[in-house]
Amino acid sequence: MISLKNIYKSFGSNQVLKGVSADVAIGEVVVLVGASGSGKSTLLRCINLLEEPDSGQIIIEGVVVTAKGVAKHEVRRETGMVFQQFNLFPHLTVLQNITLAPIRVRNTPKAEAEALALELLHKVNLEEKSEAYPYQLSGGQQQRVAIARALAMKPKVMLFDEATSALDPAMTSEVLSVMRQLVAEGMTMVVVTHEMGFAREVSDKILFMHDGAIIEQGTPAELLQNPQHEVTKAFLSKVL
Amino acid sequence: MAIDFKLIVDSLPFLLVGARTAIVVTFWSVLLGITLGLMVALGRLSKITPLAVVCQAYVEFMRGTPMVVQIFIVYFGLPRVGVYLPPLLSGVVALGLNSGAYLGEIFRGGIQSIDNGQTKAALSLGLKPMQVMRYIVLPQAFVRVLPAIGNEFVTMIKDSSLVSFIAVQELTYRSTLVAARTYDYFSMYMATAMIYFVMTFTVSRTLMWLEGRLRVGD
Ligand SMILES: Nc1ncnc2c1ncn2[C@@H]1O[C@H](COP(=O)(O)OP(=O)(O)O)[C@@H](O)[C@H]1O
Ligand SMILES: [Mg+2]
Repeated sequence: MISLKNIYKSFGSNQVLKGVSADVAIGEVVVLVGASGSGKSTLLRCINLLEEPDSGQIIIEGVVVTAKGVAKHEVRRETGMVFQQFNLFPHLTVLQNITLAPIRVRNTPKAEAEALALELLHKVNLEEKSEAYPYQLSGGQQQRVAIARALAMKPKVMLFDEATSALDPAMTSEVLSVMRQLVAEGMTMVVVTHEMGFAREVSDKILFMHDGAIIEQGTPAELLQNPQHEVTKAFLSKVL
Repeated sequence: MAIDFKLIVDSLPFLLVGARTAIVVTFWSVLLGITLGLMVALGRLSKITPLAVVCQAYVEFMRGTPMVVQIFIVYFGLPRVGVYLPPLLSGVVALGLNSGAYLGEIFRGGIQSIDNGQTKAALSLGLKPMQVMRYIVLPQAFVRVLPAIGNEFVTMIKDSSLVSFIAVQELTYRSTLVAARTYDYFSMYMATAMIYFVMTFTVSRTLMWLEGRLRVGD
């Protein structure tokens, strides 16, 4: 469903992605791991074109989205993203955070968008917070709203960039349980995380990134039990 | 007695008409300034280099030249190129152009102060860059620059006195008329200062209150 072909990306003289290729099939859950600074966030942001690759191709459902003339906003509305820092809109209520994009981007009627938003809030267990402002919520609650906000666009794939790294263990488990639910529903997901237990449990494939390249990949069993590269072994011994 | 209260009370109705004109000049100038300021801020932040350069040049010219001279250029200068504006409108245009430069810088700072994560999140939902500006960045930036807009109102109330140079019958012009007739400059200008102060104080307090109410959630 998503194909990354030989992606290169530099910031100034800092080459961050050095020819990354990967595939994500429909319904697949792919976990991206690697040390801080290895380029995981940059790669994830390339998928929804928040970063533009210098070269290489990204193909989503047969469309080469990196081609000239492709409207970025049309690609992005099909790819939901959840950020480490939640990035809820502080001037909008929870309900408005969720309905903004469906109303403005998909031209969904307000009542319909609100009905969907309440459904999603029910799903992330936060129905009673629809009128609250983000600052009134805990981190875990904010992140669950952020997930609902992304889901409201009915994306074809969800990208998670260290969605639980800013949360304490109790809040982390709230968010992971919502993510598990998405996995169970068959959502296609690309997940950057340091939660190796979660990765082992839900992922179909783990990609290990090092210094701008995917140096090793495999099923959780293969990669976690039997890593091939020294760097992978060293990394896993630290996080497992 | 140094201050002639009777003279002040007697000329108060005449002065208050001038105060009203000062408010009218201020109001329209700041409104024009906010509009221009928004355009200038977006222009300076745009990726279109010539536009950004023009906006920057405008800002620097306006900030680097005296306001009285700007007023003179509009009122006495523009007729040379066939643009005849009456005094009051000249004053509003000149003050508005000036205000636009200052507010442009303030708005630019406000827009840049909004966390980049907000833009990323909004873009990731499929909003177009203009929609991100309109629904996410500008509403938050506006609350942040509200105190500065308030200051601009206060500054403009005071600077509106400069349009007395082109015979707009605002507060300063009118008190000068009375002072020149009675030779009691001290009483008249003290009274004038008091009226300006009441106006600026009211505005700054009102904005403080408004700001307190809008700050929720920031
Ligand atoms: N917007 C940016 N501008 C400049 N450098 C960046 C930017 N984003 C990331 N980088 C650099 O790219 C490298 C990889 O960063 P990142 O993709 O965030 O890694 P990870 O998510 O694996 O920690 C780092 O050296 C970081 O400093
Ligand atoms: Mg990262």
